[in-house]
Amino acid sequence: MRSMKVRLLFFAVLRDIAGTDARDLSLDDGATARDVWQWMRGAYAQLGDYTQPPMIAVNEQYAAPETVLRDGDELAFIPPVAGG
Amino acid sequence: MSFLTDDPIDPRALVERVLRDSDGAYVLFEGVVRNHHEGRPVESIFYDAYRPMAEKEIANVVREVEAQFPVAALAVVHRLGELTVGDASIAIVAASPHRAEAFAACRMMIDRIKETVPIWKKERGPDGEEWVGWQGRC
Repeated sequence: MRSMKVRLLFFAVLRDIAGTDARDLSLDDGATARDVWQWMRGAYAQLGDYTQPPMIAVNEQYAAPETVLRDGDELAFIPPVAGG
Repeated sequence: MSFLTDDPIDPRALVERVLRDSDGAYVLFEGVVRNHHEGRPVESIFYDAYRPMAEKEIANVVREVEAQFPVAALAVVHRLGELTVGDASIAIVAASPHRAEAFAACRMMIDRIKETVPIWKKERGPDGEEWVGWQGRC
């Protein structure tokens, strides 16, 4: 059952790949951040080889891939950071 | 106060923000755009960030360094957008009554910022452009 929505944000290389800053996803109850990465691999061919997700942020905080998402969450995959 | 800016960095203003009469030293670190990376020429760098999260993560780093060096006074600003060779992308000031803590706190700040803050850079040169750190990793 599709019963929740999350906002997926794209940054850096992932924004270039997705061609957009953000999109809303409808997910099944119990979906994890890792599940969304698997969806990303299917949706964007350039990510197909990346079996493991990069770092993950849920609601602007680092989170584990197994984090169960909730309705209204803001999710971002964090490519290797390069600040400084 | 924001840790991120779209404008050129004024390091002197950063020093004046933190320096106290009790300080005997400050260390000013500026990271600047270099003209090469892994053997390729670089002409400019575009810095991108997850801005609200980057603000929080830099604040976390500042708290962490303050806990490690309670005598130090710290300031940091990271520039975003399009920068060219020689432009400062980040400036950090660590002031302290004695130099040892100022050096150590400044070093810890830049090292930790590079580890955790969601900021990215796309290098541009005559050979094309590339997001640093992405190829072959993930």
